[in-house]
Amino acid sequence: MSVSEWLGSPVNWVFLVVALATLFSSWRVVTAKNVVHAALYLVAALGGTAVLFLMLSAEFVAWVVVLVYIGAVLVLFLFGIMITRAPTGKDVGLDTPHKTWPALLSVATFVLLSWASIQAFGTTQVESVGEPTSTEVLGLALLGRFVIPFEVVSFVLLAALIGGVTIARRDLSPVEEEERRAV
Amino acid sequence: MLLNQFLILAAAMFSLGIYGLLVRRNIVLILLSVELMLAAVNINLIAFESVLRSPEAIGQVFSIFVITVAAAEVGIGLAIVLMIFRNRKSANVDELDLMRW
Repeated sequence: MSVSEWLGSPVNWVFLVVALATLFSSWRVVTAKNVVHAALYLVAALGGTAVLFLMLSAEFVAWVVVLVYIGAVLVLFLFGIMITRAPTGKDVGLDTPHKTWPALLSVATFVLLSWASIQAFGTTQVESVGEPTSTEVLGLALLGRFVIPFEVVSFVLLAALIGGVTIARRDLSPVEEEERRAV
Repeated sequence: MLLNQFLILAAAMFSLGIYGLLVRRNIVLILLSVELMLAAVNINLIAFESVLRSPEAIGQVFSIFVITVAAAEVGIGLAIVLMIFRNRKSANVDELDLMRW
């Protein structure tokens, strides 16, 4: 398939715009000098992936990404940034000065992965914006064939909830313990 | 649409996540890079699902599991960061070398 043929389909133009926006945001997540900006660029990157999911007719997962990642996880991250009083302004000490080897490693990973996928799936076509997977199918799969992993994952979430509260709670000093008892 | 265009985009996002993971010194930013890598994996799962079109939408079920585990990871991770920050007054991984041999 030639490049001009590829560009002839309008859905590929949509893909190109979304992919470039997603890549730019991901790039800024790992290079931004401002911690809050990095977190907000992650919102843009994950929004881009949600649009890609819509293009791949995974409607339910796209909205799960919007709700869980952009709605909940990012708020958690912003809380984490504010509470640890991480330098929210410009800060030069945010990155290590040794960037050559990490950059080489990530470029090598990219070359290897994309080479492998080009070798394996040279001209495999994806149905462009087909019939979306209905939530009913997903729900039946989750509570049918995948009911045990589903329950395990809910247990993981419960453990994370209790663990998070236990780890983050501050133990009272003996003096404070006395004061609390007096009240 | 080719399948490859999604796979290569995911590979690029994953590599950027690796770069961030190795270069960043602030723990919260390292967790952000991990989120980037998990999002790249989700793109792969959904792209393969839309080629295979399994009757039970297995790829999408798996990506929902990935999202759930990522949410748990962020919750626990930030709780640990909070604890470390309270004890050491720092969120810089270079200074957390207590267990270094």
